[in-house]
Amino acid sequence: MRTPLGRVRGLGSARSGTEHFWVQRLTAIANVPLVLALVILVIVLAGRSHASVIATLSQPAIGILLLAAVISVIVHMRIGMQVIIEDYVQGEGMKVTLLMANTLFSCAVGLVATFAILRICFGS
Amino acid sequence: MPQTTNHCSAASFPLLNPGFPDMPMTETKTTVTRPLSPHLQVYRMTLTMAMSIAHRLTGAALYVGTILFVWWLLAAATSKSFDVINGFLGSWFGYLILFGYTWALLHHLIGGVRHLIWDTGRGLGPTEREFFAWVTIVGSVTLTFVIWMLGFMFKG
Ligand code: HEM
Repeated sequence: MRTPLGRVRGLGSARSGTEHFWVQRLTAIANVPLVLALVILVIVLAGRSHASVIATLSQPAIGILLLAAVISVIVHMRIGMQVIIEDYVQGEGMKVTLLMANTLFSCAVGLVATFAILRICFGS
Repeated sequence: MPQTTNHCSAASFPLLNPGFPDMPMTETKTTVTRPLSPHLQVYRMTLTMAMSIAHRLTGAALYVGTILFVWWLLAAATSKSFDVINGFLGSWFGYLILFGYTWALLHHLIGGVRHLIWDTGRGLGPTEREFFAWVTIVGSVTLTFVIWMLGFMFKG
């Protein structure tokens, strides 16, 4: 016995409800301060010596800022690109392929960034 | 009455199909008789439309640009090839890319805040939308210059 609601759950074009919309707003708000700080950081450090860049990035507050920015931006950009793909790609096969590529790209970028930040902060 | 094969055809709903009052009910081929939304070209481009497109384009550009950021971080972490990317980012061309990225980001940021205001149900009127569009244009350019001046001040 299945209720009418249970039968239609997960059948929308996005296979989910308002969660993506909500997370997109949450990460948008988090992005504002995080990304502004990040941009200033990159401008200040661009062109500096390796030792000086490492000395700045390995400070605990900056490491945490970087990690927070990476998590928020990656989640945000993955959902954003998913919306674009769902809007423009008609064929089901192509759509699924691109949605997977989008998720894999976002995970890859997030993982590499996280690895790099941890390595800079904890040395080796 | 003969069977209509296309139950969705506007011919089954004469009231929805004022342009074809004589459409027979016996059609068997699906000609497009449903009301279609007009093609994109018939709209006059407005500023708010351009802003909507710009928000999506900058979002996509920022997406691709994360590659550059991650490459820089990874190079710093492994110290391999750091001088290559660092020298590149510190060159005039590197600065140009960073400057463009900053502008795209601020454009997307202000446009994003505009979306968040809309989500509360405010600012949806025609004059407000136009106002937001100008705030996004002027604000993103101004803030880009301010942030770069701040950056160079901290740089010393
Ligand atoms: C800096 C603060 C940011 C804010 C306030 C912000 C805000 C938003 C908002 C509200 C949306 C949803 C628009 C809609 O519903 O149509 C959105 C979409 C999007 N964002 Fe952001 N965002 C920010 C940063 C970023 C960054 C850093 C990236 C990429 C690295 C990014 C990539 C995207 C993409 C790809 C979309 C989808 C665009 C679309 O659907 O048209 N955003 N952003």
